[in-house]
Amino acid sequence: MEILKRVHANNLVKWAKDKPEVLVLSADLTSSCEADSFRDTYPDRFFSMGIAEQNMLAFAGGLAREGFVPYVHTFAVFIYRRALDQIAMSVAYPNLPVKMIGFLPGVTTPGGATHQAIEDTAIMRSLPNMTVLEVGDATEVENVLDLAYKIPGPVYVWMLRGELPRIFNTPMEFKKPRKLSEGKDLVIVSAGLCTEEMLRTTKVFKDNGVDVAMYHVSTLKPFDYPESMKDIKESKYGVITLENHTIIGGLGTCIAESMAEEGIGKKLYRVGINDVFLHGASRPYLMKEYGIDVHALLQTAEKAIGKTLKYTEDDLGEVFIPALHSDAKPEAL
Amino acid sequence: MAKYDKKWEKEVLKIADGVRMRVFQFTVEQNGGYLSQACSSAETFGALYHGLMKLPKIDKPLLPDPWQGVPGPNNPVHTGIKFNSGGKEGYDRFIMSPAQYALVVYAVLIETGRMDESGMEAYNKDGGSVEMIGAEHSPGMEVTTGSLGQGISQASGIAMAYKLKKKKGKIFTFLSDGECQSGEFWEAIQAASFHKLDNMIMVIDRNGCQCDGLMKPVMGIEPFDERFRSFGCECVRIKGHKPLALAEALATPHRGKPLVVITDTSPYHGLTFLKERSPKFHYVRFTDPKQREEYRKIYEEMKKERA
Repeated sequence: MEILKRVHANNLVKWAKDKPEVLVLSADLTSSCEADSFRDTYPDRFFSMGIAEQNMLAFAGGLAREGFVPYVHTFAVFIYRRALDQIAMSVAYPNLPVKMIGFLPGVTTPGGATHQAIEDTAIMRSLPNMTVLEVGDATEVENVLDLAYKIPGPVYVWMLRGELPRIFNTPMEFKKPRKLSEGKDLVIVSAGLCTEEMLRTTKVFKDNGVDVAMYHVSTLKPFDYPESMKDIKESKYGVITLENHTIIGGLGTCIAESMAEEGIGKKLYRVGINDVFLHGASRPYLMKEYGIDVHALLQTAEKAIGKTLKYTEDDLGEVFIPALHSDAKPEAL
Repeated sequence: MAKYDKKWEKEVLKIADGVRMRVFQFTVEQNGGYLSQACSSAETFGALYHGLMKLPKIDKPLLPDPWQGVPGPNNPVHTGIKFNSGGKEGYDRFIMSPAQYALVVYAVLIETGRMDESGMEAYNKDGGSVEMIGAEHSPGMEVTTGSLGQGISQASGIAMAYKLKKKKGKIFTFLSDGECQSGEFWEAIQAASFHKLDNMIMVIDRNGCQCDGLMKPVMGIEPFDERFRSFGCECVRIKGHKPLALAEALATPHRGKPLVVITDTSPYHGLTFLKERSPKFHYVRFTDPKQREEYRKIYEEMKKERA
């Protein structure tokens, strides 16, 4: 597996080179959100806004009204929790092209409940005019800036940083899920870094003769995926959703709503953060403790198909867990 | 300052009186309204629209647009900017932060010949853009405000954009004192001052009132002017209702700093009978038809005096 460092930091500088209308706003987390290289390369297009997110979001709305495209960088929680009214009235209502780049989704930080974004899709997708994107690997981190740029209105992005694996070799596309495998028994739909966990189960399902259709979703709003619905409808055992987000209002809910509207009478199993807050600990610990890792997925699959899957740890695919202390991050958060 | 003389002040006072009368009329007709806001700010709005803001001349008073739907993927933003600068290069912008003052803006647009009087037929009517608490589609409104504290941040973003594009024109923001209690407001002042947005002018209506009553027992904000200075702004505090004093305050040099002008005003200036409502001035509501009738009579008498 190819592992890359500071993918966003490098990509942002390269991508924004010939786009003078692209600005970066930061709330005291410039290197933590990999905007430091942009700041140093294009100081005239970088604005330090201090620990004052409400002003930063409405300020970005003012800039966007005058033809600029601000990319707001901070931890995700400080965007949608601290400045929701400002996002709603100064950005989303007038449908302005403010791109909100939110870092530290869910289990990716040991920073505890204050830093872990676990309900952002639920909140942001309920805002009219808002688009919600989530990245799952280095390739998608590289693609998402341009994808967000081409959407004329406001976009919220769940972003990844530090050391990242490259899982996908094809570009991320707007409103198009990646179909990673075909199968008639069971459908699994995953998003973000959970897709790595989903892919780890490939050999287990194959060895046990379970045919699984796997999807990776990166556009959480708008959410309209007819092919996956058709697969769910024709599946033997229904669908499992896997997400680094509370099961209320995230990917699982999106699938549930689509299934209900399509009249698909199959079972839905939502594997996600089960309506609780997380706490400060490492990513593998949190994924296990809160039941969103490969084991939680396989246990749910056993429940769905009604039989025990035979496998050992060796049958699980490799996973990349970035070190807590790494030179790719300015702090251990 | 030659432009701003006694004659000009007289003209402004006449506009202000017209504004007050119009808002009074609508308050009686609509069985309630934001009347005190007109009392405290009529002279300020009159002075701003009668020369203090650089706005292009409008030959024939404009009519408000019908409601054109909320902005979305298939519907571009519609704003009330055509009543102000019309987005023309070299003119000033006007950000109205407390959208509760919308009726005062509509009234001043009529009094200064920018909006046709018949535009008020759409006031507070379904399917119209002349809303009771205005938004960006309403006449004279350029952004959506009214969730208090956000106007100043949006104005700062616009001011920064003007700096980046080297555009001429100042960004005027009208504010009420109550909204200056919010955290975002001070975040914005801090940032505007830090980023040296000296193309920003803030005019604050310090009428001392908010929804719960007088500000002092709700959440006092004094020493108000000192706060701005300590945040790095140039701040001038003047007695309200005096157009010449406002003109003079706006001429204060403020290189590298945003300029804040606090106007100490009265929520019943020009309509002294409202004083009995103290400390509740936020919204004039009639307790019974009799009271509404009394107000109507006062209005008719005042109108007769002006005929």
